[in-house]
Amino acid sequence: MDASSIYARLDDVTLSFGEHVILKNCSLDIVRGAITCIVGLSGAGKSTILRLLDGLIEPSSGHVYVDGHDLCHTPERKLVELRQKTSLAFQFAALLDSLTIGENVGLPLREHTALPDEKIRHIVDDALESVGLRHVYDSLPNELSGGMLKRAGFARAIVTRPELVLYDEPTTGLDPIVTNLITDTILRLRQKLDGTAVVISHDLHSIFRMADYVAMLFEGAIIAYGPREEIRTSTNPFVQQFLTGSEVGPIPV
Amino acid sequence: MRVLERFGAGTIAFLEYLGGIVSLIGESIRSLVHAQIRYAETFTQSYELGLGSLLIVLLTSLFTGMVISLESAQQAVQFGIGSLVGGAVTYTSVRELGPMLTAVVVAGRVGSAIAAEIGSMVVTEQIDALRSMGLSPVRFLVVPRLLALAIMLPLLTIFADIISIVGGMWIAQAYAHINPETFISSARQAVGFEDVVKGLVKALVFACIIAFVGCYQGLSTRGGAAGVGRATTSAVVISIILIFGTNFIMSYLLFGTH
Ligand SMILES: Nc1ncnc2c1ncn2[C@@H]1O[C@H](COP(=O)(O)OP(=O)(O)O)[C@@H](O)[C@H]1O
Ligand SMILES: [Mg+2]
Repeated sequence: MDASSIYARLDDVTLSFGEHVILKNCSLDIVRGAITCIVGLSGAGKSTILRLLDGLIEPSSGHVYVDGHDLCHTPERKLVELRQKTSLAFQFAALLDSLTIGENVGLPLREHTALPDEKIRHIVDDALESVGLRHVYDSLPNELSGGMLKRAGFARAIVTRPELVLYDEPTTGLDPIVTNLITDTILRLRQKLDGTAVVISHDLHSIFRMADYVAMLFEGAIIAYGPREEIRTSTNPFVQQFLTGSEVGPIPV
Repeated sequence: MRVLERFGAGTIAFLEYLGGIVSLIGESIRSLVHAQIRYAETFTQSYELGLGSLLIVLLTSLFTGMVISLESAQQAVQFGIGSLVGGAVTYTSVRELGPMLTAVVVAGRVGSAIAAEIGSMVVTEQIDALRSMGLSPVRFLVVPRLLALAIMLPLLTIFADIISIVGGMWIAQAYAHINPETFISSARQAVGFEDVVKGLVKALVFACIIAFVGCYQGLSTRGGAAGVGRATTSAVVISIILIFGTNFIMSYLLFGTH
């Protein structure tokens, strides 16, 4: 695969918190314009990978590239600029609870652009509409259900039209109907933005609906990676066990 | 060996803490210099913390002024120098107790609230969300709180000074029959305008202590709801100790050379 088709890349990344090694010589390519799903056990380090790609944390060793820029050893001021290309939709939305939903979603625009208020209002309404939320502009985050909050989080993530959107467990803990709705939303948003997405998910059904590529993280490294169909039919015993949910196999229960 | 190890770890932790606070101060100054100030937020914060602390500041300083007056009037009248009570009350209020008590009350009420609010924003990833959007938590959260405290704490101190003197005057009259004119003229002799200004300089320094310690404890919160509790408690403990310590140093520097 030639370099221009890779939008972001973890290159031999090792990351430890104190004695605890989270990622060990982990490498992963994120294909431009595609949806890459990352699967793995809880605590495997999936969220950590998203935080690395967003430049929120630095690896202990190795490099993180986004759109050709090395995020490591980059001064905060430059990172602020680079982060505008990337958005992270947090697992629990992480909306500011002192602001209304509308103010939350409009925040990056108000802070980073000189757009007039009516224009921002219009873009925010549009973003909320595109995640299927209406009449919540003036609600506070604690007045919304978990699924609505997540979608408001997506709206905030996409409102600046970023090139790369990182979704942390967008469907975990939601009912099947909302899960479907969110899967559709991610697919639609990727098309609308014409960008790249990385999605962490445990939900096999939605993974195989939206993923172009699937990567499996185990014990700090990517142990399987490939196009969706390749992973679905993989004979790798780790992948097999994960897909069937069996207690018997190489992954200790 | 064990002791030495402990001592070493303690020193490193202290230096880390100091480094953290210093870099927070540095980033706040940079934000201020570049005039990256959120005025609306600063106004809201000032209003809330000023109004929220006013009653408790007034009550504590009223009783303090009253008790100083009570104690000194008793002694003074015995020795026939009742006319000095006004000076004693005003002197201690304006130079020491007004700024200190106000700062301690505000540290307990506002410093803890700042640490709790920012700490819970850390554990719910709201701080990460700000950084992810390319927004500086220092500009967004720390600077407005710092400015609000720097404005409101001196103001509250002025109220505290006044109410404590009024309380003292009342007790002096009711208890030792020292009339208000005597009280006030004695106060005027003992305390000059520059004493008031120096007291307000103290208040300004205390405001910075409360803001930076509260924000720093909040921002360095780790480990869920329990972590928020720890951050809140240590914000209050650390700022109160620092307030007492700096108060001594500032009294020495500002008043000690007379
Ligand atoms: N800031 C941190 N300090 C210490 N340990 C952390 C930190 N962030 C994550 N971890 C640890 O890293 C591991 C991976 O976390 P995470 O990436 O959130 O896993 P997940 O795959 O469930 O998203 C966990 O064991 C977690 O305890
Ligand atoms: Mg996670």
